[in-house]
Parts: sequence; structure tokens; C-alpha cells
Amino acid sequence: MERIPILKMGKCLLVTVQMDLLDRTALALQDDLSNKIQSTGATGVLIDISALEVVDSFVGRMLTTISGIARVLDAVTVVVGMQPAVAITLVELGLSLDGVKTALNVERGMKVITASTMEHGVDSGT
Amino acid sequence: MKTQNTTVNDMVQADSDRFLAEWLAEAKLDNHKSKTGDARGVSEAKELMKAFSEGIQADGEPSSFDGREWADLRSVLGALSSSRAAQGVSSEETSRFVLAMKKPLFSRLQTRHATDAAALMDTILWVSSLVDKMAQFTVGTYQRTREEIINRQQHELLELSTPVIKLWDGVLAVPMIGTLDSNRTQLVMEALLQRIVETGSELAIIDITGVPTVDTLVAQHLLKTVAAIRLMGAECIISGIRPQIAQTIVHLGIDLQGVTTKATLADALALALKTSGYTVSRTKA
Amino acid sequence: MPLRNEQDVVMSRQTVRKLTQELRFSIVDQTKMITAASELSRNTVVYGGGGEMRWELLTNGIKHGLRLHFEDKGPGIPDLDLALTDGWTSGHGLGVGLSGSKRLVNEFEIRTAVGEGTCVSITRWK
Repeated sequence: MERIPILKMGKCLLVTVQMDLLDRTALALQDDLSNKIQSTGATGVLIDISALEVVDSFVGRMLTTISGIARVLDAVTVVVGMQPAVAITLVELGLSLDGVKTALNVERGMKVITASTMEHGVDSGT
Repeated sequence: MKTQNTTVNDMVQADSDRFLAEWLAEAKLDNHKSKTGDARGVSEAKELMKAFSEGIQADGEPSSFDGREWADLRSVLGALSSSRAAQGVSSEETSRFVLAMKKPLFSRLQTRHATDAAALMDTILWVSSLVDKMAQFTVGTYQRTREEIINRQQHELLELSTPVIKLWDGVLAVPMIGTLDSNRTQLVMEALLQRIVETGSELAIIDITGVPTVDTLVAQHLLKTVAAIRLMGAECIISGIRPQIAQTIVHLGIDLQGVTTKATLADALALALKTSGYTVSRTKA
Repeated sequence: MPLRNEQDVVMSRQTVRKLTQELRFSIVDQTKMITAASELSRNTVVYGGGGEMRWELLTNGIKHGLRLHFEDKGPGIPDLDLALTDGWTSGHGLGVGLSGSKRLVNEFEIRTAVGEGTCVSITRWK
């Protein structure tokens, strides 16, 4: 089964979702991320969805869940690159993605993570 | 071929040039302003006659006007109608052009069935209903073409009236003018979100100075737009809220869900710059 | 096309994408329709025990439209009104897909009977 690769950049985990996700692939990602956050002690998770043309309630819930799990493990999650059509559809669907931080692109997303970890006084180390 | 078809076919083929001339003369007679007499009109008439004959020869009947036998005729009629519609010729003129065909057809029928009144009646009714169907078809196509043109123009108008402006690095503004219906809001939303992605702007100012009234529906549209902007990772300021609108909002109990609002676009810009970390200083006293 | 498992859910998204592209829907309208289809396909697979998706291309004068039918012979929905509102508040399950999809399309019809199955029809006009 295909699993989405998770890259480590410093204290950050970077995930790029590039294809139309099977439900089980999304769930696997959730598991993998949770495990990796814990094993690496990452303080930030960046999920790039700029290639996702459709985000339905399942994927939406996955993002919210990942965000929640990360928070419990003391990491910040930022979803970046949401396409306009996706944003409009999500609003119409009524999915607010509460608790999920968003940014326009990876660069801005990293800024959000850095700002957030500094706020918590976490030693972002290297 | 069936009887009626044979009769009509014979008549038309017998002296087709004269038939054409009579038809065009009749058409021009009715329309003093029409261009049917010119070269274009003549070639269109010839094409129509050809398709007409083919349909007759294929044993087409008035009742089967939607059938395969008349497919060519329908397409010629459609093309004729569309091109006239695009030129702004009225549908009356176009259908009259087609109906004018009756005169040469009837006059020939009279000669042919001079002694047989019953046969004459039958064929006249047959021919008449066929030509009527043809004229009706042109009117139908005409309507549809005009509708398409109007729709397209409406769309273009909507697009023109909602420009997205870059006020500063990372700050976009949309002046909304006129009533906010779902169509327009949809367009604005899409255009604005697209520009946000393209320019990587984190702040969008929606100015509603030009919006006459705000009711719950309009507020809903605005809030949806704000939600979409936030989902994408940008922020939004609504400016241009007149006192009356502020009153209506409070009165209707509309919850602006923590959206920052400013009375004027200038205030919104000042806030946007400040948030982005810019300071504006005056060098000349 | 059949809706039996999650691969079919992904397939349904791709099918609807092709259909809406052929009809030249705007990107936003495409996304809305595909998202609605994704929700309803998943419902059919997960709650309806599998079923099928059918589609019709519609014409009304100069307007063109797409109608999708999601049908299953599953348990049916006992309290439709509840599902449409409750699913919305509980944030997961059958309801979100139903009530959410309703907002994404122009016409929404649902026929269901306990023990007989469910058929949801959605239509979007260009």
C-alpha cells in the first residue's frame, strides 16, 4: 500500500500530499505522523496540500485529527497551499477545520511554526 | 417517394432558378430594410433550397421535422438564424424570409392542381405546415443565440465591476459596488482568492462603501468569503461600513465572528500596513 | 459505475472530474460537484453496504447540467431529518456528507426506506 513520505527538516516534519487519497492512505498518514512526531520530538508539522484539488470531509477530519494529536504531543501543525476552489467548497460544506492553522505557502508556514515554538519558549535547538 | 413529396420535389426542381427568384422577391417585398437581396442572401437561399429538396427527396414530412431526413435542413436553418441573430437582425425578419417560400410553392401548386380542389387543399396544408415548422425552428434557434449572448455579456459585466486591486505588498483590496447577490459574491470570492494565491498576499480588504444595504443574506455571503480567506491562510478586513449599515448589522443580530471591521478603506489600509510591520512616516512637515 | 470499496470512491471522484470537465464547469463548480460525489460515494460504500453511481447529462434550453445518482440496497436511513441536522452537529458520519453535499449542488433529492435502501440524486447546472 502506498504511504505518503514524511520528510524531516530540523525540528519540522514536512508532508506533501500529491495525489487523490484513498481513505486508508489518509489514515496511514495520521498514524505515521503521530509516530514520527513522537520519535523525533518534532515541534512542527507542515502539510502541503497545494496539489490537492479536492478536500472532502474525510480528509478534512484527517487534518483536524492530525492537528489535535500533534498539539497533544506539543507540536504545531500548519496546513499550507489550500487552493481557492477547495477553500470555497470547504466553507460551503461547513467544515471549519477548527484548530488547524493555515498559511499560504511553505515559507509562510515555516514562519508560523517558528513564531509559535518561540512563543511557547520551547528551545527550538537545531 | 411519397405522393406529396414527389409533387413538391417536381415543382421545385422544374424551374429552380425562377423559384429562387420568386422567393427572394417575395422576401424582399416584405422587408424593405432587409439585406436578403444581396449576394449573401442569395447564397443562403440557395443552400436552404438544396437542404429543403434533400429532405423532400428523403421522404421527410412536416410531422417528422425532428427526424434524420430533415437534419441537414435544420442545421442550415440553425446557421442562418444564428448568424442573423449575431448581426442583430430581428427574429421576425428571419422567419419572414423562410415563410416567404410559401408564395412560389402555393402558386405552383395552384397551377398543378387547378382542377382537383381536394388534392390542392391537402398539399397546401402539407406544404404550409412544413414551412411553418421551418420558420418556428429559426425563431427557436434565434432565441437561444440571443440568450447566450446576453448571458455572456452579463458575465463580462460582472467581471468588470469587481476588480481586485493591489494596495501594497501583501495587501489586496476589493471595492464592492452595487447589490451583493450570490452570483456576484461568488465571482468576487473566486477572483480575490485566486489573486491571494498568485500574489501571496496575506491581507485582503473588502470595501463595502458602495453596497447600499446589508441584510442577513448579504452578510452570509460576506462571512463565507471571509471564512474562505482565513482557511487559505490569509486574513481579511471589511471596510466602508456606514453608520446605517452598522445599525442594521446590530439590529439583525448578525455575528461578524471576529472579523476586523473599519469605517473607511484608509483606516483599513493603515491597519493592514501596521499588521504587516510597516510604519508610515512623514518626511516633509 | 459500482461503488464497493474505497478504490471506487476515488474512481467516482475521477469519473465526476472527467464529466464536469467535459461539461466545462468552472473550476469551483467542478470541485463542488466532485466533493459532493466523494461524500455520497463514501456513504454508499460505508453505510449502504455498497451500491452504484449513475450519471445523466442534462440539457434545458441553453443550460447544461449533470445529475448523479447514488443508490444502495442497504439498511436505509431511519430518521432522515435527524440525519440531516444531527450529522451536521456531530461532525462525522452519514449526516455531514448528506447535509454538506446539499449545499454544494443546485438540486438535491433523497429517497430512502428502512430495509430497502437509499438513493440520493444531486444536480448541478452550468
